Amino acid sequence: MNQLLQIVPSSATKSRRQIRTVALIGPPNSGKTTLFNRLTNLRQKVGNYPGITVEQHTGVMAVGDQEITIVDLPGVYSLNPYSEDERVAVNVLNGKMDGMPRPEAVLLVLDATNLTRHLSLAAPVIALGLPTLALLNMGDLLAKRSGSIDAVKLAGDLGIPVAIVSATIGTGLDAVGRFLQQADSPARTTLPILQDVRECRRWAARVASESDYRPPLSPAWSRRLDDILLHKVWGPLVFMIVVGAVFQTVFGLGQPLSNALQDLLTEMAQKAAPFIANGFLRSLLLDGIWKGVASVLVFLPQILVLFLFIGLLEDSGYLARAALIADRTMSFVGLNGKAFIPLLSAYACAVPAIMASRTIENKRDRLATILIAPFMTCSARLPIYTLLIAAFIPERPVVGVFLGTRALAMLLLYVLGFVAAIGTAKMLKSSVLKSTSAPFVLELPEYRWPTLRSVGLRLLDRGRVFVQQAGTVILLVSLLVWGLTNLPLHQGHPPALEDSVVAHLGHFIEPAIRPLGFNWKIGVGLLTSVVAREVIVGTLGTLYGRDPQTRSVSLQAALQHDLTFSGAMALLVFFTFAMQCTSTLAVVRRETNGWKWPVIQFIYMTGIAFLAAYIVNQTIALLK
Amino acid sequence: MRVRLSDLEPGEAAVIEEVALPELEQQVLIRFGFFDGAEVRCSRRAPLGDPIVYSLDGSEVALRTETACRIFASTGERKACEQTR
Repeated sequence: MNQLLQIVPSSATKSRRQIRTVALIGPPNSGKTTLFNRLTNLRQKVGNYPGITVEQHTGVMAVGDQEITIVDLPGVYSLNPYSEDERVAVNVLNGKMDGMPRPEAVLLVLDATNLTRHLSLAAPVIALGLPTLALLNMGDLLAKRSGSIDAVKLAGDLGIPVAIVSATIGTGLDAVGRFLQQADSPARTTLPILQDVRECRRWAARVASESDYRPPLSPAWSRRLDDILLHKVWGPLVFMIVVGAVFQTVFGLGQPLSNALQDLLTEMAQKAAPFIANGFLRSLLLDGIWKGVASVLVFLPQILVLFLFIGLLEDSGYLARAALIADRTMSFVGLNGKAFIPLLSAYACAVPAIMASRTIENKRDRLATILIAPFMTCSARLPIYTLLIAAFIPERPVVGVFLGTRALAMLLLYVLGFVAAIGTAKMLKSSVLKSTSAPFVLELPEYRWPTLRSVGLRLLDRGRVFVQQAGTVILLVSLLVWGLTNLPLHQGHPPALEDSVVAHLGHFIEPAIRPLGFNWKIGVGLLTSVVAREVIVGTLGTLYGRDPQTRSVSLQAALQHDLTFSGAMALLVFFTFAMQCTSTLAVVRRETNGWKWPVIQFIYMTGIAFLAAYIVNQTIALLK
Repeated sequence: MRVRLSDLEPGEAAVIEEVALPELEQQVLIRFGFFDGAEVRCSRRAPLGDPIVYSLDGSEVALRTETACRIFASTGERKACEQTR
């Protein structure tokens, strides 16, 4: 099983070319990423290809005493440049991708348990004329499930070396090293040039049967499991238990972990404070930089918890089943079943949710999901919700002991955000993000045990992407807001909040927010809370705490004294809709690879928030 | 007998005769094995009735009814299908 079958003798006359870059290509679900992780031993970089949302993974592999760069191309079924992923693959393979040398060799990864289908990709890849090694991945599963393939015959048919490997358990991979050391002959290009997908598919079927391919028997237990997990009654039940568990864990475990981390980081700052001279420097280091770093790190627990689940669900094969069950419901708003889990997790926090939208292959559906996720009532809205509801809505029973006015108000805010999300989705999907030529096709892979390694690698990968690529933006904005609240200096000391630049800005925007029922203090809160929604509570606490009129009362009492009922309701509605979250914007920028969508999203959400708050304030004021 | 793929009962097999969808949609479906001449078996329906799961080439792929009802198949060669696992 480990041998490399070099069927076509390499032309000895050709001078040996040094291979520096090799491309890894294969269809989705071919185990390409697992193989990439095996070959590179985690020495890899993640970025985005310029101008598009496709992620760029490159890594380094040691072959003998030299290092070879491996480019992990997006998973594609063909090289017809219909989708963004396919265009990227074609451009990289042809050396037309900016800042990326043309690969000198290709590793073609195909799922051995699904070979007839996956072989379609072999024809266009081999036709490129680059030295190519076909890796029939999951060879262990093929053998275990009594399937087989004559690799010698296949190599003869394809005109390229073929190796049977297993990326999961790491067998057969020495073939890659040997291939890269001796690959000097380009692939034989006597294959028919097949531009048409249909012809490729027929050709693949012929080659598969000529190489005596026997597809594996699908394991009976996998089908029996589906009899339960896709059962009319048990299916939805298990689905609800699973998504309930995901939500509960992200909310109930991720959130407390984030809070604990926040407390720990704050405590560290307090411990460090006596060692730094009181004044500007201490404020810059601890309130500016350290708080900025903390505001990035506190998202990690929730991201890691969500991706732990996504990893387990995706690797086990259940994620596809969950998408199948949710699809009918999601299709009402023009999205597909795969959007369900990202949108659900947005109730805990939009940041991991938006990162999780990567499981949605359809680009337009993915973008729509990213754009509506921040409308879901995330946990950062709860502090201001509870504060205002407690201050302005008297508790009275509505439905006996089960539902009071305050709980009802909270519920209404959740519904309001949900309605905004659905409305926006419908609007997007019937206009700019209308899916034209992509029918919803969902592969149901066989169930498998997720491996610790693969789930762990995913956590590492996503954690790194967030800290490195969204973290910088979050840190910069935190520093900016810190600067606004700590300048101008008075005799080398930061000013009181009411004398700071941000307070002046609050006064400056007061005429614009007065129609919403907000005063300048609320304005300052709105400005500082662009870092994170919950920051407004702290800001208002500071401002009212310094005001001689409200110094001696609680923040709740101070707000009752300073805000009208209509203004308070308007503020609640404003927070339901507004994009008061730099971290979300930073993640949207990272995931859409540009400022265009986060800017549109910010303007759209803040616009709705402004309008809705205005209507609420004016209507309630009129009614009174 | 010519039927729509969406009309197949779970367990029933058929050979695709025509995919009456725009070319671009056909291109996508071909990648998953849905093209004329392909042997398909309906495995099950999602709990809410839609999408429908088909088994072809030894793998399971789900299509929405809106797509499956535009694919026409013949159930005449059912015997032949059942022999090819």
